[in-house]
Amino acid sequence: MFSMIISVVISAGLANNFVFSQTYGICPFLGVSKQTSSAVGMGVAVTVVMVIATMITYPIYMLLVKLDIRFLEILVFIFVIAALVQMLEKIIKKFSPTLYNAMGIYLPLITTNCAVLAVCEITSNALVSGTWERAVIAGVEMNFGFSVIYALAGGLGFMLAMVIMSGMREKINHLNLPKALQGFPITMVTAAFIAMAFYVFVPLGG
Amino acid sequence: MKNRIGKIALNGLIFDNPTFMLVLGTCPTLAMTSKALDAFGMGVSVIFVLTLSNIIISALRKIIPNTVRIPAYIVIIATLVTILKLFLNKMIPDLYSSMGTFLPLIVVNCIILGRAEAFASKNKVVDSMLDGIFTGAGFMFALVIMGIIREFLGAGSIFGLQIMSFKISFFSMPMGAFIVYGLCIALFVYIIDCVQRSRRIKKARLLHADVLEGKE
Repeated sequence: MFSMIISVVISAGLANNFVFSQTYGICPFLGVSKQTSSAVGMGVAVTVVMVIATMITYPIYMLLVKLDIRFLEILVFIFVIAALVQMLEKIIKKFSPTLYNAMGIYLPLITTNCAVLAVCEITSNALVSGTWERAVIAGVEMNFGFSVIYALAGGLGFMLAMVIMSGMREKINHLNLPKALQGFPITMVTAAFIAMAFYVFVPLGG
Repeated sequence: MKNRIGKIALNGLIFDNPTFMLVLGTCPTLAMTSKALDAFGMGVSVIFVLTLSNIIISALRKIIPNTVRIPAYIVIIATLVTILKLFLNKMIPDLYSSMGTFLPLIVVNCIILGRAEAFASKNKVVDSMLDGIFTGAGFMFALVIMGIIREFLGAGSIFGLQIMSFKISFFSMPMGAFIVYGLCIALFVYIIDCVQRSRRIKKARLLHADVLEGKE
């Protein structure tokens, strides 16, 4: 049991890191990684939304399977995520203004973060054509608990990627570069080298 | 009329190229360009969704209330993607399986929501349709270029046609995608910069000549 959890965590967070080996959620990764503080805020917000979204969409998807209307999954997932983000924004604003100031501005951006929708699709194995079976990740058959763990680990892996990138970018900003390479191009090239470093985790989590 | 179409086309394809100039929709760009054919399929899918969503949103722009416009757009786009998904699953299962998760992720592609918000919600139906076609074409053009580069280096082939006996599999992997994308943006920006500078110099010279002639 414990080893299964460990292998799911390593697979989701490091070996199949959302940013560096599956290339999900690149827009916020490039857009909000200019400073470490904002990178941490965005990472936390994405992780929270990812975990709650998986908790809600997984049972809903089971219901869709039972009713045999699986083709509605895209509409249902995106609607749940959009509603969830709006609701979280309202709740945080009401109960903790300091937390709202820290991560509230990143919340609306999360609706269009593909990593969140991707987690829902992967854990519920929504894309299989023909008869539906549970997803198998790192040799573990997914159920509700493992899906939530997968979402948590994936979100933390996303945050790790954001924090590493923001640290690098604070240094890159001081370099004297040709005009064409400034901004996004040099960030992409840097991300390529970090992705190479992350490749060492692939044998661990398949 | 012709001038306006030309302007929309030039903006969509080059000056506001969604992939190279605005750096939007990066996730499918990085993930779907390891083979040129997959890149082409992704480009055509995005053109389909973007054109239809632009047409529908532009036709409904006076009906949709301003406060709930984003959810309304998302529902329209998600419906179109569901149609596309059912179609590909039935008709082109190869493309369906190679696109994988990135097919439903077209819903959250920033290009589509961005064009809906910036163009289709303010312009007429025909203009919005043209904008959708040309912005989508700019996206496809960028994807196919990157797909050709990455497939040539990473698998030694172009559109599945084997032309090289060795391969550098680094370029088929995500890190190859990052590095090729970064360098492609740099090259594109550099070329556009050079063209614009030479155009400006030419204009200045013409102006200068006119001034001299006027003096004489």
